[in-house]
Amino acid sequence: MLRSRTRYGRWWVYLVLTVALVLVITPFVWMVLGSFKTEGEIQRVPPTWWPETATLDNYTQLFARLNFATYFTNSVVVAVAVTAGNLLFCSMLGYALAMLEFPGKRALLLVVLGTLMIPGVVTFVPLFVIVANAGLIDSLPGLILPFLVTPFGVFLMRQFISGLPPDLLDAGRVDGAGELGIFGRIILPLCGPALATLGILTFLSSWNNFLWPLVVAQTESHYTLPVALALYSTGQNNTQYGLLLAGACVVVLPLLVVFLLFQRHFVEGIATTGIK
Amino acid sequence: MLFAAFTVWPVLQSLFMSFTDTKEKDLRTPFAVNFIGLGNYARALGDPTFVKAAANTAYFVVVGVPLTLAVALLAAVALDKGITRLRAVYRLGFYTPVITSIVAVAVVWRFILQPDSGLANTVLGWFGIQGPNWLGEVQWAMPSLILMATWRNFGTGMIIFLAGLQSVPPSLQEAAAIDGANAWQRFWNITFPLLRPTLLFVSVTTAIGYLQFFEEPFVMTSGGPLNSTISLSMYTYNQFGYGNYGLAAAMSYLIFVVIAVVTALQFRLLRENT
Repeated sequence: MLRSRTRYGRWWVYLVLTVALVLVITPFVWMVLGSFKTEGEIQRVPPTWWPETATLDNYTQLFARLNFATYFTNSVVVAVAVTAGNLLFCSMLGYALAMLEFPGKRALLLVVLGTLMIPGVVTFVPLFVIVANAGLIDSLPGLILPFLVTPFGVFLMRQFISGLPPDLLDAGRVDGAGELGIFGRIILPLCGPALATLGILTFLSSWNNFLWPLVVAQTESHYTLPVALALYSTGQNNTQYGLLLAGACVVVLPLLVVFLLFQRHFVEGIATTGIK
Repeated sequence: MLFAAFTVWPVLQSLFMSFTDTKEKDLRTPFAVNFIGLGNYARALGDPTFVKAAANTAYFVVVGVPLTLAVALLAAVALDKGITRLRAVYRLGFYTPVITSIVAVAVVWRFILQPDSGLANTVLGWFGIQGPNWLGEVQWAMPSLILMATWRNFGTGMIIFLAGLQSVPPSLQEAAAIDGANAWQRFWNITFPLLRPTLLFVSVTTAIGYLQFFEEPFVMTSGGPLNSTISLSMYTYNQFGYGNYGLAAAMSYLIFVVIAVVTALQFRLLRENT
């Protein structure tokens, strides 16, 4: 009975899911198609689906006239630096919290867990004050430093490393390896899946981060892509819609490619870390 | 041990640096108390725009969170039980909006929701429906944002629900089926209760995210029309932008308190029903 029912139900489930999928994906298709349209075509009523005269004008203008190359570089530099920092520091601290004994370990773990639960809004103003006092406002380090270690990453790595057999440590010690050696040669190579998840998640959130760079990057040369796009789209001279759509493509598409390449790790990572 | 200390120390230091903000804020409150006491809090609560922003945020959360959860759960159940093939394709497709920048997505949705040349109203027009000026009318602006937020966020919930569904032992389902329970009864009486921890997790994280919603109104409506979409985070940001750091800090604490209360409430509600 169970079996016949599911077989009976199948075709309409596929239908509903496909309609839903089309609804979910359409905005992206619309965005990409729109970015190749001329200005006149974008504003036409009723709108066209395929661009009548496909043009790369929007993209050439974006990079030639609007400095999107600079914003793009900034975004890449910040995202890569933040990701590298998280991979290194979070795994080190996660290792210490999972495997080593040192005074204040419990307290440190509680601090990590506590900050994990505090939403970004709360730390926003004091963080700004700190960064301002350090003279890092309107600089790339100001965009990078606050995110080099995240409590989420520390927790993720700690949970993962806790699951590794502790005998490994003793084996390493017997072989005469120092703590650095144990960490670098034994622990890190085993952390592949966790590092992949952490790396992708960090890269994504850094690339899409908006509020912090919006406040800290005050001159154009330090804008990241989302900041530039948002300010350009809410600015007074935002008559060129084609440019906006092309800009949105430049923000979204590189990530989409990264995501499609690594999606296996990613989706599984979300599910496992989400449940933890 | 010494080696460990040396390895850990720089990390601790940078960790400390990145965490002192949370400590600093504890220092900031007495700092503020010394000067104006609860003045900032009183000022925030007495500000009609802040109250309006709070009401908007409540609207967004109260409608948006259940809607997002429902869509996510529905998608997860359909993927888990309804189909056998192409599961990865649908999963990937539904998840795609989650990874995209809200700013870029908001820009695109602004076009889709445009009254005349937008995609949404054109499609509605095929069915003879005259679509509203989505983002330009007071009663439609917030539903538009909620719709967009649901579109963007249900993928996360879906992935986590899928993992939760897969941990429900199939033997329970079969036993119930033998006892004559239909699909709906099986879902409601077996799967759903077992899914409660997952539901709690998704609803807490979604609510925390939605309580801080910022980019959507910032890019799509600038809080308008007539402040009908201004959110708590956005108003806090505005005050911060005006240089009222103390006031902005006070507002962010109020948001934090609300988040804490809502989270605690969800824990109570979803735990008690077991």
